[in-house]
This record gives sequence, structure tokens and C-alpha cells, in this order.
Amino acid sequence: MAAGEHESAEPAGGRRPGGALEAEILGLLHAAPQALSPGEVLERLGGDLAYSTVVTVLSRMHDKGLLTRAKRGRAYAYAPVADAHGITARRMRQVLDSDPDREAVLSRFISDLSADDEQLLRQMLDGDLTDGQ
Amino acid sequence: MHLLAYLPLLFPALAAVAARPLAEHLEPRLATWLLTASTVALAAFSTAALGVLAVAGLVRLPLVAWVGHWSATTVRAGDPVSTAEAALSCLLLATAVYAALRLLWRRVRALVAAGFEAACLPGIDELVVLEDPAPEAYALPGLPGRVVVSTGMLDALDEADREAMLAHERGHLAAHHYAFVAATHLAAAANPLLRPAATAVAYTVERWADEHAAAVCGDRRQVARAVGKAALASRHTPDRGRLSAAALGLLGMRRDPVRRAGPVPRRVAALLKPRPPRYPLLPLGACAAVVGASGLCAFAAAHDLHVVLKLAGAG
Repeated sequence: MAAGEHESAEPAGGRRPGGALEAEILGLLHAAPQALSPGEVLERLGGDLAYSTVVTVLSRMHDKGLLTRAKRGRAYAYAPVADAHGITARRMRQVLDSDPDREAVLSRFISDLSADDEQLLRQMLDGDLTDGQ
Repeated sequence: MHLLAYLPLLFPALAAVAARPLAEHLEPRLATWLLTASTVALAAFSTAALGVLAVAGLVRLPLVAWVGHWSATTVRAGDPVSTAEAALSCLLLATAVYAALRLLWRRVRALVAAGFEAACLPGIDELVVLEDPAPEAYALPGLPGRVVVSTGMLDALDEADREAMLAHERGHLAAHHYAFVAATHLAAAANPLLRPAATAVAYTVERWADEHAAAVCGDRRQVARAVGKAALASRHTPDRGRLSAAALGLLGMRRDPVRRAGPVPRRVAALLKPRPPRYPLLPLGACAAVVGASGLCAFAAAHDLHVVLKLAGAG
């Protein structure tokens, strides 16, 4: 049901399916030292998005409770809803570390990597990793 | 009946040998279904066979024979299972049932707890971003499930990688992968010979989600890159291992390093190759044959026991 509403609001940026733009915006708002206006967000996104698309996505994220906003000049400045200084993250990690069954029910993107695995990975993805870190 | 009752206990050893090659070479969705179904069936048949052996032991006890109105002497004459075998079977059966029930109880509890967590996480969107420098991303099953991503993971990936990572986690939730994993863990609890098969399914669901992400993004290499970057970011060793990669070649480990590697490099390697074929008949037939043979043996053993009991005068 969430997917339908994503698509309807992103006519031009259809390249990014299902909330990828939201994740991108959330990521850069988290990285920013202060709240950002839609113009600043657009600037940091650096793509060919329309200003109105960014405003739409930001206000929708605000409606969903992902962002807080405060009036700055004529626009709103948006900041991510603080995960109460990482308390949720810490709690989740404690829960997962305490019980192997809790870990077994969730699907981690990445499992542990040995030193050999790491080298192999670097070998396989040689050209693709240089931009990352 | 003697041998027939033992065969279902040993067929899982075949699954242990075949699971890894099947997981590597089959299309992951098919591999997951095939391995899960075979594993659960083999566990069920091996537990049933243990049950037959245990019952075969119990029915020769005079007290049980008296309650059931059959002749313990005739049973003893018609049934080659020794008392020691029967006692061992009882013990193994009790252990298997206990281990399976214990796992079931803990897993259900963990799933309910995960559902609560999923409902309690901040926001109302499927995606939850947690303030945490450690790169972490996982799918939390629930009603609805949530995709939890740390800010550390978002920082480590670029936009295309994030899209692949989110598609991967959403693929897990949409296909209920935790259920496949739980089913095979349950089977492996009942018969430890099935552990390699359970490990293989844990791998094939990751592959399945990878292929799902590749279909969503339309680019297998992009998913491979996202998996690789996230894995390297999760490891806190900043050294660039170029030198030792060359050393690997010198040591002659280069022949097929992927085969002995962990799941992440194998996933990346699979994504860099073309998509595997959809319906290879040979492995499907082989699995069906093994599971069928196991079921047949368990059934035949139960039937033999039934005949012996009937001869001994049981109703």
C-alpha cells in the first residue's frame, strides 16, 4: 500500500522506486549538522530533481513522522526526528545480542566477513569500490 | 522392517552433501523451496522412523502387550528390533521431540517479540532509520514488517547502493524468508544431520533477496556492489588488502577461492554471473527421489510393524 503512494507522487523521478529518494534524503538530513530547507536538500541531492518534488517528498516524510520542521524565512527547514540520541538503536542492539533466536528471525543485509572474504571481495569488486570509501 | 526403519534416519546425510551444491547452482527461489520442503520432509520421515523403532520396542513389553491385548512373545518372534536398539530409539526420539519443541517455542516467542518491536519502532513508514554509526541493516518481521537501517549504513552507501539494499530487505519481508529459515531450523533440531541443509537455506534466502533486488534495480552489478560495500563498511579494518590479494595467487589459492569463502563473497560472485536457469530437471528429480524413498521406507516400516502387531492378535 505504501508503494502506490510513492509512485503517484514521483512523476519525474520515477527512476527511484519505493522510497529510495526518501532514504537518500533521510541520510543526508542525518549527515547535516543543522536542519535543511528544501533548496538545500535539492542542492545536496545534486540530481535533476524538480524543487517541487523535493518539497512534496519532504512534507510527506513530515506527515509520516520521519521529520520535524520549523519555519525558516519563507520555507520550512527539515530535520530528522531524533531517534532520541540513538537510544532505539542501542536498545535494538542489546535485544539482538542477548538472544540468538531474536537474531535468527531477522534478515541481516550482511553477515560477518572473514579476512579472506574481505580480500576476495575487494578483488571481485575492484573498480567499483574506489568511490565508496 | 529392520533396514527400512533405519534408512530414513540416514537419508538426511545425502541432504547434507547435496545442500551446498544445490544452493550454489539453482535459481535461489527454487533452491529455497526445494531445500526447505526436502529438509522438512526428511526430518518428518526420520522422526517417524524413530517412532516406529521406539514403538516396536515398547510393544514387546509385557505390560504394554497386556494393555493392548496382543501376545508379547509373537511380537518378539516376528520383529527383529533388539531391546538395545529400541531403547536407543526411544532416547533419540525423546531428544528429537524435545529439541524441536524447544526450538519451536523459542522461535515463536522471538517472532512475537520481533512483531512488537516492529510495531514500536519510531515512525509509521516501513523504513526505520536508527541513529547508529555502526553500519547495520535488517528486515524485522511483523505486521507489517519493518526495514531497519542505521545511519552508519546510509553513510557507507551511495544512492544506487541504498536502493539495492532497501529492495533486498523488502524482498525478505515480502517473501516471508524468516519462515523458511525457521522451518529448516526446526527440521535440523529434530535431526542434526540436516544442519548443513538449514545453513544452505539461510544462504539461499539471501540470494533470493539479492535476485529480487537485482530485478527491482534492473542491474545485478549494482546489487553486487551494494552488498560488497556494505560488507566492507561493516568490517572495521581500514587496511586496503591489495598486497595480500596478490599473495593469494602465489599461494595457489586462486584456483577457486570463492568455493571456500563465506556467504557474502559467494553472493557477490553469484550476482556477477548471469542468472541461473529456472527449472533444471535433474536436481529436482534427485530431490524428489530421495524424499520419496525416505517416505516410502518410513511408511513400509510402519506397515511392517502393523502387520506384526496384527499377527500377534492386536485389534
